[in-house]
Amino acid sequence: MSHHIVEVAGLSYTYQDGTEALKSVAFRIEHGAAVAIVGSNGAGKSTLLLHLNGYLHPTGGRIRIGDVMLTRETVAEARRAVGMVFQNPDDQLFMPTVAEDVAFGPLNAGLPPDEVGRRVTAALDRVGMGHVRDRPPYRLSAGEKRAVAIATVLAMFPDILVMDEPSSHLDPRSRRRLIELLKSFEHTRIIATHDLELVVEVCSRVIIMDSGRVVADGQMTELLNDESLMLAHGLERPHSLRHLHPH
Amino acid sequence: MRETMNWLDIGQMDDMGRMDTPVHRLDARAKAMVTMVFIVTVVSFGRYEVSALMPFFLYPAVLLSLGRIPPGAILKRILVAAPFALVIGVFNPFIDRQPAIVLGPVSITGGWLSFASIMLRFALTVGAALTLVACTGMHRLCSGLEQLGCPRVFVAQLLFLYRYLFAVAEDGGTMMRGVELRLTGNRHIGLGVYGSLIGHLLLRSMDRAERVYLAMVARGFDGEIRVMQKTVFRPVDIAFVCCWTVLFIAARVWNPAAELGRLLAGRLP
Repeated sequence: MSHHIVEVAGLSYTYQDGTEALKSVAFRIEHGAAVAIVGSNGAGKSTLLLHLNGYLHPTGGRIRIGDVMLTRETVAEARRAVGMVFQNPDDQLFMPTVAEDVAFGPLNAGLPPDEVGRRVTAALDRVGMGHVRDRPPYRLSAGEKRAVAIATVLAMFPDILVMDEPSSHLDPRSRRRLIELLKSFEHTRIIATHDLELVVEVCSRVIIMDSGRVVADGQMTELLNDESLMLAHGLERPHSLRHLHPH
Repeated sequence: MRETMNWLDIGQMDDMGRMDTPVHRLDARAKAMVTMVFIVTVVSFGRYEVSALMPFFLYPAVLLSLGRIPPGAILKRILVAAPFALVIGVFNPFIDRQPAIVLGPVSITGGWLSFASIMLRFALTVGAALTLVACTGMHRLCSGLEQLGCPRVFVAQLLFLYRYLFAVAEDGGTMMRGVELRLTGNRHIGLGVYGSLIGHLLLRSMDRAERVYLAMVARGFDGEIRVMQKTVFRPVDIAFVCCWTVLFIAARVWNPAAELGRLLAGRLP
């Protein structure tokens, strides 16, 4: 099974206004890994994520999802493999009810209605949101919206989950639930976030980006404990790593 | 601007569309067809017609009461759109000054009659369309239109227009709150500020629309709207279409209000 591998080589992207958002980015993420992409605002994290499901086409370099080289022709295949959870769940939820929203992806994949129904129930149960299935998404709380947004992606049975700031706008309890949920997934997970405590709990590997480049790529504790590296790129060493002893 | 948002309150329309009543259970296609026949019939009357239009209020009234939709919800939305019809009809009384009806000392000019007719027809057609949405829900209505053979591009546009309305209303509301919080004492916002606000709202909406579209594409959207259950046209739907169509045609051919008047007048000594 090499389905769940993401390989990026020499990836560059320049926006139309001339901003160089990505400069020769390269990494390889193995099956089942949980990898955090961290970096200050404007480091290129979101731009990178938008390449992984073929929304943006690189100005240079290449991307491989599983065995498939990502091109304009293989975009549909890549989108099936890569489930993308957006930063703002309001952008992701657009159907009249939660259940219909979760069904949107599977229906587009041309699955028969009873299979769609099973997937909707399973995905909502997986994120603990079965009880809101008939409610309109815009009436949910931020935590519920986030969970439903994740369910919409799970219902498509992706191999790889890509998430942009999954813990933003969440209260402590919803954030805790999200962390437990993320830890329980067996998918390959790529998470762009500023929430370094979430990284400590969920991810084993960290890629640090700055000004469109990968400046460090390695084991989570090693990189996040490197105070000078973190400060140099507008980050800070997570509190929980400073004090491994109880308070 | 915020006032308008409250008045439109699209969330309420959405809630009403999701209710479960005999009217809501009717097939969306049946309701769409009857509403189309209704609109065509109402529009086809002569320009001075007033009394013959009256029986047509029966249709929205029946749907609203069986669908348990508060009439006020529809009325206030008709009022929001009323200025457009007013602008169209308001000059008629000044241009057409020929007396059309003389009731003792009072004479009503053709201009006033055609103005009344325009306003009535406006209230009937817009009211029927709003009732249709409130009794069906935009999403079911769109998939019904598609099943009726309406071009897919058109249906998708309609659905997105509706969907983005929520997004724009929300953004607009947030921006107005931002403005109001910084308005201390002086309650007037200059025209220039409004211009800049609307410009920003447009840009924000465009960004937002792009992100929503991106999220749809990421889940395999290819231009076709798929619903979980295709609806079936039941006998009750056929009966609904037939009965109303016959009623509309009958009310178009005979004028029940005038007939009633003649009947009553005939009985008078």
